[in-house]
Amino acid sequence: MQERYSSPGAVEGLPALRVRGLTRRFGDRIAVQEVSFELAAGERLAIIGPNGAGKTTLLSMLAGVLAPSSGEIGEGTGQIGWVPQQPAVYSKLSVAENLRLFARLERLSDPEAAVDRMLEQTGLGDRRDEQVSRLSGGNQQRLNIAVGLLSRPAVLLLDEPSSALDPRQRERLWEFILELSHQGTSVIYSTHNVLEADRYADRLLVLGDGEVLFLGRPGELADTVSGREAPDFESAFVSFLRSRGH
Amino acid sequence: MRWLLVKDLQILRRSPLLVSILVLYPAAIALMIGFALSSPPGKPRVAIYTGVKPGHGKVHLGTQQVDVSQYARELFSSIQPLQAASAGEATADVRQGRAVAALIIPADITQQLQALLQGGNGNPTVQLVLNTSNPLERNLADQAIQARVDAVEQTVSKQVLKVVVHDLQQVLNGGVVNLLGQNVPLLGLRNVRTIVTGTVQSLPRDSKLLPALHQVVAFADIAIEGLAFAGPEIGTIGAPLSVQRIDLAGRTTPTASYAVSIAAVVSLMFVTLLLAAGLLALERSENAYSRLIRGLVSPATLLGEKILLSGAAATALALALAAIVSIFVPLEWARFELWVLALAASGLAFAALGVAIGGLAREVSTASLMAFLLSLPVAFLALVPSTAVSGGVGTALGVVSFVFPFRAGLQAVSNAFSGAAPGMAWPLLHLLVLALVFGVLARLALRRFASR
Repeated sequence: MQERYSSPGAVEGLPALRVRGLTRRFGDRIAVQEVSFELAAGERLAIIGPNGAGKTTLLSMLAGVLAPSSGEIGEGTGQIGWVPQQPAVYSKLSVAENLRLFARLERLSDPEAAVDRMLEQTGLGDRRDEQVSRLSGGNQQRLNIAVGLLSRPAVLLLDEPSSALDPRQRERLWEFILELSHQGTSVIYSTHNVLEADRYADRLLVLGDGEVLFLGRPGELADTVSGREAPDFESAFVSFLRSRGH
Repeated sequence: MRWLLVKDLQILRRSPLLVSILVLYPAAIALMIGFALSSPPGKPRVAIYTGVKPGHGKVHLGTQQVDVSQYARELFSSIQPLQAASAGEATADVRQGRAVAALIIPADITQQLQALLQGGNGNPTVQLVLNTSNPLERNLADQAIQARVDAVEQTVSKQVLKVVVHDLQQVLNGGVVNLLGQNVPLLGLRNVRTIVTGTVQSLPRDSKLLPALHQVVAFADIAIEGLAFAGPEIGTIGAPLSVQRIDLAGRTTPTASYAVSIAAVVSLMFVTLLLAAGLLALERSENAYSRLIRGLVSPATLLGEKILLSGAAATALALALAAIVSIFVPLEWARFELWVLALAASGLAFAALGVAIGGLAREVSTASLMAFLLSLPVAFLALVPSTAVSGGVGTALGVVSFVFPFRAGLQAVSNAFSGAAPGMAWPLLHLLVLALVFGVLARLALRRFASR
């Protein structure tokens, strides 16, 4: 059994994010339907579900990239940081130049200080002048997250952050995200890797055809299916989906 | 927008291959156009065999002689002659590639020409041997030599007519002719009439000679009148049609500066379209677009930055091209501000078209390909003269040219370079409207992409 990481302050105090009845339609198709939840400071929420369930659409609406058809997003104490699935940085620029550009576009009062802070926080200080195209996938993803964190957001959104990383890079990425969470940043991430959801999330939001099928702690999801049918969390998740017709 | 500009310039600085191509492309076009316009056409290398011996090239025309060899020298000055010792050697020169053609002048050409002029039964013929292994080269050599032979033929014809007219004038007015080395006075019809009229007046009224002499005077009057008209009429045969050129719309664009305008606008079009489309598509292929439009930069600002950067870069390159070409072709530097205005307006319209293309494509390579595929036919269609096609096709070409910036850009730039009519106001307005329309289309394309 793998160790589970929980946030000491999860679900306590003022919510960092409040989502009510969020819906998105593409023509006649409903991609996300009536999603509602609250997120506490420092809490980690994993969004999981089969392909086409609406995970990226939901995250895109939370990020402000996509306008919802209806519903509302209430930010609690601060901004929302956005980390797309693929590194959204300029490969011809250096690490520091990327951070400096986005710090200026974010209109931060001291862009250079923000660059230094993020280089230190992400451990990319020794790569500051290296062109992004020469970085490993793991370091590119670190930079991607660093850009999302430049404005010190209260909530960080990550779309499948570990999908392109090898196991070692993945481990280091999650150490970094856990550290952020422990410092009070709320994290919402989507993933296809249900073990990552089980291991690193405080709560799960399971989507199926755009609808919320489950919202709760990972252990509660396992409890919804009988123990003999689900020897591990992945099996429990598959059984859960099957029981809901997915 | 300032930081986006800085970022894009940094990216361009680190893309040396792309920037080199974008800089070298117009420079290469400028140099090629310049050399082509400033170099005289090359002389074809032609093997010549003439059977006419030196001093035997004279043709007798009435009382004068015409030296045909003088016109042969004119022909030689416009080709690169390769003297051959025989007709066979001249043909061999062509067969073995030493000459593109052979001109063979038979020994009896002077006699044939003499017979034609005197009796109308001569057949003066030269042979032109062409190498048919390369049809294009054959055609070029044929046209070059034929054009020069035609010019010589016309010159000979004029000279012959000049001699004929001179002789007719002597028949009319009298003079001195050289017959077999002897100068013989020629009375002339006018003098004959004067003498006969004087004789008639001195004769008694009942003289039996009077009716016959009146007939001679009447004949002389008719002949004088007829011959007085004959001279100018015969003279017109040498140049049967004269063309008076009338320019209705003020100054016309000199060919050389029009060619430079085409080169400048083509370069401007390629550089602007590729840069604008590529830079916008780059935001998407680098996945930065979604991050940028989350309140960091508005889509309109993003489009404006791409239009500004690509339009300005292409305008600078086109100006550099014009400066290089002006070494070879005279352009009106006094109108430099108008060059900048015309090129900048064209750059703006092309850049707006470029971002509209970039807004449709998800990748830089797709955007570049789309820009290239669109720009080539648009440029070619705009260059087809409306009079070269039938009415319906001409209308279609006109519509296509109207909705893309090439033709308006060409009008504005050629006017700026040469001051030619029509003026710049309408093309500039047209370009600005097109820039606005394509800018709106680009914005719609981005909205469509963002909603996916």
